Amino acid sequence: MSDATPTSGTLLIPPPPRPANQDPLWVRVLLIGMAVGAMTVLVIIPVVNVFWQALSPGIGSYLRTLTEDPDTLHSILLTLTVTPLAVLLNTAFGIVAAWTVTRFRFFGRTLLVTLIDLPISVSPVVAGLVFVLLFGTGGWFHTPGVRVLFSTPGLILATTFITLPLVVRELIPVMEAIGMDEEIAAVSLGASPWEIFRRVTLPNIRWGLLYGIILCNARAMGEFGAVYVVSGHIAGQTNTMPLQIEQMFQGFNTPGAFAVASLLTVLAAVTLVLKVIVEEKSRKLIRDAKKVDVPG
Amino acid sequence: MTQRILPGFRTGLSLTLTYLAIIVLVPLLACIVRAMSLSWSEFVAAVWTPRTRSAYALTFGASFVAAVLSTGIGTLIAWVLVRYEFYGKRLFDSLVDLPFALPTAVAGLVFSGLYVPSGWIGQFLAPLGIEAAYSRLGIVLVLVFIGFPFVVRAVQPVLETLEKDVEEASACMGASRWQTFRRVILPTLKPAIVTGFALSLARGLGEYGSVVFISGNMPFDTEIAPVLIVAKLEAFAYAEATAIATILLVSSFAMQIAINLLERRTRRGLK
Repeated sequence: MSDATPTSGTLLIPPPPRPANQDPLWVRVLLIGMAVGAMTVLVIIPVVNVFWQALSPGIGSYLRTLTEDPDTLHSILLTLTVTPLAVLLNTAFGIVAAWTVTRFRFFGRTLLVTLIDLPISVSPVVAGLVFVLLFGTGGWFHTPGVRVLFSTPGLILATTFITLPLVVRELIPVMEAIGMDEEIAAVSLGASPWEIFRRVTLPNIRWGLLYGIILCNARAMGEFGAVYVVSGHIAGQTNTMPLQIEQMFQGFNTPGAFAVASLLTVLAAVTLVLKVIVEEKSRKLIRDAKKVDVPG
Repeated sequence: MTQRILPGFRTGLSLTLTYLAIIVLVPLLACIVRAMSLSWSEFVAAVWTPRTRSAYALTFGASFVAAVLSTGIGTLIAWVLVRYEFYGKRLFDSLVDLPFALPTAVAGLVFSGLYVPSGWIGQFLAPLGIEAAYSRLGIVLVLVFIGFPFVVRAVQPVLETLEKDVEEASACMGASRWQTFRRVILPTLKPAIVTGFALSLARGLGEYGSVVFISGNMPFDTEIAPVLIVAKLEAFAYAEATAIATILLVSSFAMQIAINLLERRTRRGLK
């Protein structure tokens, strides 16, 4: 009985037409094919190629390059020193600036947001150059005996400049979406500023904050142009991992360059995975916050 | 006045301004002051030589072509991601962000390795007489890699909020699918597409890390403006480097203001 019903139904009622916003099959197949093709050429082949090139001299020589070459080891260490410092500075700044910009309305607020965004569009080479001008001979902050250029402080400054907007830019939309009702409630209940931040703001923004930190970290690790200009690229002293790649490439040590590049690619892949997880969480948080806001 | 109910305005604003001044504003000002200490004729002599002109032309030309290509590819990818279902779509979606996460030096290294005549892709292009590594084409390629995610991420959210009923209305009134796309969907997407284009153009104008690996950096042929600045710096020609940097800086200021205006317009469209 129940078997017969659908058959007679299809006989009586003509099949429903294709929904108005759905494309014909051949268009779908063609467009998906083109998109996948573009991604394959632009992203997938290059990633596979990094590991292929790095591992083609054999796993033994790959590991030797990464663990026995003192310059490479030093570059890994330097990247692990510079990146956390730049990320820490910009995270602290990001929280303060996002609070100021989203919780208050004041004259010049839009200009401030534009200025915060500025490092994104400044060429990394120019970013490096401005520090050379500031701290080089004849510069405003040039102090004999204090080495900023061609040493770690210069690398940290240049990296901080380039990655400055990355945390704030993620926090501003999140804090705007969440709104400040909860914080105002906390004030009216007598909470201290620190309590408001710790117990109301931070739990609300934590995923957005983490997302910003991840983006900032990825950019800081990979920064090349600005660091290239301020570092003087001295192997074993001021070469970060990307600079080490360039130096090995120029010295025709292609397998070495790809070995270091493969490490950075793994870190990029880890970044992507973390990003997907955090994005999911923060989207959920904003959705929940909006659900509460709806009256009724 | 709700604005001063919450604490931390004075502290927040002064900390923000101080930090911004130390890291960004004073250094940028130093560059501009240094450039202004040159006389007008010295400045012109530094920024307007045949070599700098060919570097600007290449920087703007390559970034523009790359941004156009990125816009096409990025819009296509955003469309496919929002409108169609296919196997592996989530992975595909997150791979779009890879160029954001991958250091530019790695991108440059890999692309130059792939497109040399003995490389995985270069071996197919070489018999056709196409030189992709160490050429202008290589610069465009690597800039497309860096630029297309900006377009995808600008267009995708707008496409997601597009209402189904406008398309249905258009179909009801007898429009073909292509007409609906051209006349109904595309105009709605336009601000987002333009924003994506501007973002990838701005990124391309300043890009250094990846280009330096693949371009060969030959003056008058494949030397972009940032590479020229580095070349001047390495020759200790600080004044010339600063003057050229100021030109780039002013154009990035202009781009940033344009992008902020565009983004605000797109956001208003979303609401």
